[in-house]
Amino acid sequence: MMLAAGLIATGDQALLQIVGLSLRVSLTAVAAAAAVGLPLGALLAVTRFPGRQGIVVALNALMGLPPVVAGLLIYLLLSRSGPLGAMGLLFTPGAMIIAQAVLIAPIIAALTRQTLEMLWEEYAEQLRSFGAGVGRAVPTLLWDGRFALLTVLLAGFGRASAEVGAVMIVGGNIEGFTRVMTTAIALETSKGDLPLALALGVILMAIVLAVNALAQAVRDLADWRGA
Amino acid sequence: MRQEATALPLRVDGLRFAAGGVEILRGLDFALVAGAPTVIMGPNGAGKSVLLRLLHGLLEPTGGTLHWSLPRDEARRRQAMVFQRPVMLRRSVLANALYPLRLAGAPRAEQAARDALERVGLAALADRPARKLSGGEQQRLALARAWALRPEILFLDEPTAALDPAATRQVEEIIGAIAASGTKIVMTTHHLGQARRIAGEAMLLLDGRLNAQAPAASFFDAPPTPEAAAFLRGDLLW
Ligand SMILES: Nc1ncnc2c1ncn2[C@@H]1O[C@H](COP(=O)(O)OP(=O)(O)O)[C@@H](O)[C@H]1O
Ligand SMILES: [Mg+2]
Repeated sequence: MMLAAGLIATGDQALLQIVGLSLRVSLTAVAAAAAVGLPLGALLAVTRFPGRQGIVVALNALMGLPPVVAGLLIYLLLSRSGPLGAMGLLFTPGAMIIAQAVLIAPIIAALTRQTLEMLWEEYAEQLRSFGAGVGRAVPTLLWDGRFALLTVLLAGFGRASAEVGAVMIVGGNIEGFTRVMTTAIALETSKGDLPLALALGVILMAIVLAVNALAQAVRDLADWRGA
Repeated sequence: MRQEATALPLRVDGLRFAAGGVEILRGLDFALVAGAPTVIMGPNGAGKSVLLRLLHGLLEPTGGTLHWSLPRDEARRRQAMVFQRPVMLRRSVLANALYPLRLAGAPRAEQAARDALERVGLAALADRPARKLSGGEQQRLALARAWALRPEILFLDEPTAALDPAATRQVEEIIGAIAASGTKIVMTTHHLGQARRIAGEAMLLLDGRLNAQAPAASFFDAPPTPEAAAFLRGDLLW
């Protein structure tokens, strides 16, 4: 424990590198998943068309997609003989970003739909009275639901940064290149380097706690703003 | 000078609305003309709210026709509606007033929104979150938001149903000012005193049918039907 504290206190280079890569991968994955999941969820909230219910059910099911399965799928896509093999992404941070984005995009889309559907129920008649079509309703809901949606994104980030299976498979846990907190913890623990594993565990916990505190702060702000 | 084209008069022909196998409106024939407010009265469940939604185009009639004096879409753009429970966007008071103006592509939208807030006495609260306003302030904001559009016709569905007497008085004053500014008010209420104060013309809706329509003076002083007389006495019907 003392050794772990020492690693954190002295800003150990290897440790910092791992933490930095973890944050970069997960934050980029959240951004990519949000770019798809937010508009998709909003569109599902305001439209009714045949097949919509099927999409909603599929998204809800995909929320529970096991990370190792997401990792396996991306591995097959990116492996040398796979359809996207020519891009040479396997065992790079890019592959890890894709895997995490695939893992959390359904979560963001499904939670966005749930959140905005309630808002739409309240807004629909008034917006139609104003003459707003779907094209205007979607950005309106995304903006007016911004506080709730921020907590959705934080949930996505929490899930991305805590998962180990997907990044292990497509990243390969290569030291100094694709090693992130979760994969490093798994490896160091199995090697018996408990101080590094513990230090990383402490930092990961701190990040998760910080994200939850931030989510709570956003909710409080939303309450206070009446949103 | 050429007279500007208007959506009114509106002629309503055999208007029907059914939902879930239930006839809610059973064939209404009447006309709405520009001028003093038309107040639609009737007991709970008579179909007043459904009628306003049909006139405003939020519901499609299952029978009958609305004959506006302009093409339907054009007539639609000249209307606004304030609902019984005001829908407050999760934005500031000013942003609420601005929203429909921007949507309509109105010129000098911000000034129009601020002027409208001024007229309903909310200018000082422009930067507050709209959902933190009191019920009466929210209804005044909903009125300002509609008024800013300078609609030819404004539909109001029981605009004071959830308000205390002080807030009700303020809202009635605003409705009077909107009417005086040239907007045709078409509102529902089941508050008789309010109907007397506001109506230029009164309609009585009973069980999905139009029982009576008359200028306010004659409606209240010499009710045109026995049901209207009973309604005004407060007998039965409620
Ligand atoms: N969209 C709808 N679908 C089915 N029934 C409705 C709908 N809207 C209203 N109703 C029913 O129509 C009747 C008239 O409702 P409403 O117009 O709200 O009455 P009022 O406003 O006069 O009190 C009620 O019985 C109500 O339950
Ligand atoms: Mg009603």
